[in-house]
Amino acid sequence: MSVPILELVDVHAAYGRIEVLRGVDLRVPAGAVVALLGPNGAGKSTLLKVVSGQLAATAGDVHMAGVSVRNASPGELARAGLALVPEGRGVFPNLSVEDNLRLMSCAGVPAAQVRDTAYTTFPRLHERRRQLAGTLSGGEQQMLALARALTSDPALLLLDELSMGLAPAIVDELYDTVRSIAAAGVSIVVVEQFARTALRICDLAAVMTGGRIETVGAPDEIGSTMADVMLGGAA
Amino acid sequence: MGAFASYTLIGLFTGAAYSIAASGLVLTYSTTRIFNVAHGALGMVFAFVYWDFSQRQGLPTWLSLVLVLLVVAPVGGVLLQRIFVSGLDDAPVSVSLVVTVGLLVGLIGVATQVWPPAARSVPEFFAGHVVSFGDVVVTWHQLITIAASGVVAGGLHLLLTRTRAGTAMRASVDNPGLLELYGGRPHLAGALAWAIGTSLAALAGILLTPVIGLQYYDLTLLVISAYAAAMLGRLTSLPLTFAGGMALGLAQSYAVGYLPGGGDLAGLRAVVPTLFLFAVIVLMPQSPLRVGQVRGIVAARVPRMRSAGGWGLGLVILVIALSFLLQPGSMLLVGTAATYGIVMLSLVLLTGYGGHVSLAQFSFAGVGALAYAKLDDPNLLGLFLAALTASLVGALVAIPVLRLTGLYLALATLAFAELMDKLVFQSSFAFGLNGTLAASRMSVLGRRIEGTGSYTVLMAVFFVLVALVVLVVRRGRLGRVLIAARDSETACSTLGLDLRWLRVGMFAGSAGIAGLAGALYAGLRQTVGASDFGFFTSLLLLLMAVVWGVTSVTGAALGGVFLAYLPVVQADHQALAGLALVVLGFGAVALGRDPNGLANRLFVLGRWASRTLEREWTRRFPGTMLPPGQGHGPDMGAEEVTADVVAGS
Amino acid sequence: MSLLAVEDLVVRFGGVTAVDHASFEVGPGTLTGLIGPNGAGKTTCFDVITGLQRPTSGRIRFRGRDITRSPAHKRAHLGFGRTFQRLEAFGSLSVRDNVRVALDIGDGVRGLFRPPVDDVDHLLARVGIADYADRRADSVPTGVARLLDLARALASRTSVLLLDEPSSGLDERETAGLGALLRELVAEGRTVLMVEHDMDLVMSVCDGITVLDHGVVIAAGTPAEVRADPLVQQAYLGHCDEGAGTETTSEIEPVTETIPTVRP
Repeated sequence: MSVPILELVDVHAAYGRIEVLRGVDLRVPAGAVVALLGPNGAGKSTLLKVVSGQLAATAGDVHMAGVSVRNASPGELARAGLALVPEGRGVFPNLSVEDNLRLMSCAGVPAAQVRDTAYTTFPRLHERRRQLAGTLSGGEQQMLALARALTSDPALLLLDELSMGLAPAIVDELYDTVRSIAAAGVSIVVVEQFARTALRICDLAAVMTGGRIETVGAPDEIGSTMADVMLGGAA
Repeated sequence: MGAFASYTLIGLFTGAAYSIAASGLVLTYSTTRIFNVAHGALGMVFAFVYWDFSQRQGLPTWLSLVLVLLVVAPVGGVLLQRIFVSGLDDAPVSVSLVVTVGLLVGLIGVATQVWPPAARSVPEFFAGHVVSFGDVVVTWHQLITIAASGVVAGGLHLLLTRTRAGTAMRASVDNPGLLELYGGRPHLAGALAWAIGTSLAALAGILLTPVIGLQYYDLTLLVISAYAAAMLGRLTSLPLTFAGGMALGLAQSYAVGYLPGGGDLAGLRAVVPTLFLFAVIVLMPQSPLRVGQVRGIVAARVPRMRSAGGWGLGLVILVIALSFLLQPGSMLLVGTAATYGIVMLSLVLLTGYGGHVSLAQFSFAGVGALAYAKLDDPNLLGLFLAALTASLVGALVAIPVLRLTGLYLALATLAFAELMDKLVFQSSFAFGLNGTLAASRMSVLGRRIEGTGSYTVLMAVFFVLVALVVLVVRRGRLGRVLIAARDSETACSTLGLDLRWLRVGMFAGSAGIAGLAGALYAGLRQTVGASDFGFFTSLLLLLMAVVWGVTSVTGAALGGVFLAYLPVVQADHQALAGLALVVLGFGAVALGRDPNGLANRLFVLGRWASRTLEREWTRRFPGTMLPPGQGHGPDMGAEEVTADVVAGS
Repeated sequence: MSLLAVEDLVVRFGGVTAVDHASFEVGPGTLTGLIGPNGAGKTTCFDVITGLQRPTSGRIRFRGRDITRSPAHKRAHLGFGRTFQRLEAFGSLSVRDNVRVALDIGDGVRGLFRPPVDDVDHLLARVGIADYADRRADSVPTGVARLLDLARALASRTSVLLLDEPSSGLDERETAGLGALLRELVAEGRTVLMVEHDMDLVMSVCDGITVLDHGVVIAAGTPAEVRADPLVQQAYLGHCDEGAGTETTSEIEPVTETIPTVRP
């Protein structure tokens, strides 16, 4: 069996004295789409913060493609092929669309190629290329943030609440793109509040509650567990 | 026609230098969100370095220039950014202002320490080479300067729009965390901005030196011209900044050419940048209120009035005792310390409680002193009128900048201080150029107090009274409203508070206190001159206030004493005069993040001592209590900070 | 007759239209819910109504009078009070002093010389945070800070209360208490306009609901009417029925509020 692209071993993490992750074990096989589901406060976003280097794990280990990255900084991880689309619009609001794309051109990818790819996938961005990103609609901002995932050719893509605050039609459009990224062989971890949306596109689903992974399984196996978890936790 | 062309040319030359300095200021401000008040001081220091290389050590001009602009200045800028400035971007505007004012004073200290006052000159580039266009003669130096500004403008434009590094610099303002997620390095962007910004300050300084001379203060004040130019572009737009620089240079040159050279208007020519700045500020659109998060400042606890009164009484008794022990000369110093302490109190009100920074408190004191010196037979009423005059002037400064927020207000006070210094105080209807005015001692309730000793006691009494008034304000409703407005202006406005008038009131009150201090000072010293109230003293005042604690009355007392003794120390040890400023400046940089200052650390120490004393007492004499009144630390002004309180949400 | 009327309101930030020709009315002594997906322009409407944001066009009328250009503090004296989605407590002051300041400001200059009327503790008890009275406001949990915001808005004789997500950060018990309190406030004759994401709370306490979507008013009516409205179902609840409406995030960031960058 090949080395998983991401492996978490008994990861603990805390904000001050409050422990949010209490021993998370998770394997993301190379090329798989894993959905991370669970109610508010389960620790999903915290888990992504630990994986992307924004929050240090207090215990446990994180491996990316077999290498321990527990102490790596966000910048180092980004240069090692990890891309995160953070919760709530991962764009620079006072920069134009074009400038945002320029920043996405990581080492080795020429800026012109980044722009071409982005504009081909999302023609709407081309129409607004001179506009400041902060003046785009929420959906267009997420397209721009996703463009990075498209163009920087990451090994592992983390998507945090992509659908937040967006109309259903736009969410569908965005997840179509996610599916095509996955088809190109990129491993993806999707954090979603809306279970149905995520279950439609994932290979594996992990359910989190109280800082631990409750269950991992194929999307159709997870359905019943999901109902229990969500009804217990959500209002 | 020839004269007009010549003035235009000189204006373009000065404007080019202003544009270069201003673009550096804009670059550092917009990338790291720190307005560098020390921008001009950096230009000054590196102009000295350039002089040192090219004149003292005799290196070739081109080599000196390369060394300063491409090595020393950028490295210095990066070091400053790394050591002093990083971590300030989330701090309140008042903190970053204090830190950079500290930097300004520290840099002047460095310059005076390394290059003590002496006649120095820096020749123009290619001195003697000229080009003639008809009857207009242009020096190569002027041409080079104008060309340099063009190169800087073009270079910055290319950097910011065409390169990834430049885009990253702009992105790091928006969201440094996100830039890091994208694999960018926000610290590098900040460092690059400071390297380039500092280098541009150095270039402007070097280009201007042959014309305005190698001086500590004149080059430092270049920041006002740069700021005026940058304001035209609201500190963000580089093209407008360049336009502003050029317009300013031209305006200044025409003022020199066409305004009358003598009389009271002579000073007007020197303050064209300041007037320009006020004009731009008044015409600026209103900045919207910001919605933020719960934010609080961990401030010193306010003492009970009885204990404050006790400490005040103790202070007055101490000064009475000193008046029997010390010579009049020394008493004069004690009295000066008391008046400076009162000026400090005006900052406690404005900065410590209200959160606004003023760089012009001594100018308000000067207004009070001037009004007082014009009185024939000063008494308490006269004193009150002098304070009222200063208070009205304070309100007048605040009104034009009513609609603007902290940073602009503070910088407007710096411009005001320079305006008063150069235009008002030195004019013939005031103190006169290098002149002084005689002032009489005041009479209280019909009795004139002549002796220096008793007058000093009076100063101490005034200090204690003003301190008590400040504490009463802080403990009362007004104090609560001041703190609330400092924490969230937005919430206050939706609760029905008219922020504009609160600000004007605060400035008026604070200026009134400073004016009172100035009037007292005039009576004490009996002669006052413009040099007593220069803008630089106001900067020292702010730093002293911050070092000793701007949130407490005790900090004001200690700050006043040290501010009064600073010139004495400098005069006694001339070799270390610069070092004193370095210590003060960088001390403020180090302590600027904690507005409670050293005074608060003394309280913590006092608490610890009193607890230890209490423990010892109960151990040795079990069953008895410590006699009342001994179990307290010095809490005249404030108390220690509760350690478990965390600012922010 | 309506107490507060929003007429053909438009707010644009740069190229984004946050509020797009929105009109709605609030009757006196009613509790109205203003709901809609994130970014629908609800908080922007609040900012315009309370005078923190100038509209691009349109009018705000209060008791028939045009107050569109009146500044925030003047509207407060007319009886407007509001809370903030992102909390605006005075962090350096104690919880009790936060409410006292509101009284002080409400009293104006004359109040400075009048002895304090202390119904502060009563107010704190009423919203249920009396236990925190002496804590610094920047050290209390989010839920308490939110209730403090409400107590403060109530302190200054407010007749029109605008609450921006009052239940976020509250637990179930506190939310139920909040619902009861809101009904009490209305029974006392106050008018309440509330942006809220907790649909159970909105549906159970509101007299009327106005629904915004992408800056446009798409429905208005009683809770039952709004719930049944197909437009609302489609735009608001969408097809993700199990999770919709439980999220609390920030609105679109207005461009004017963001930090300036270099414009080359």
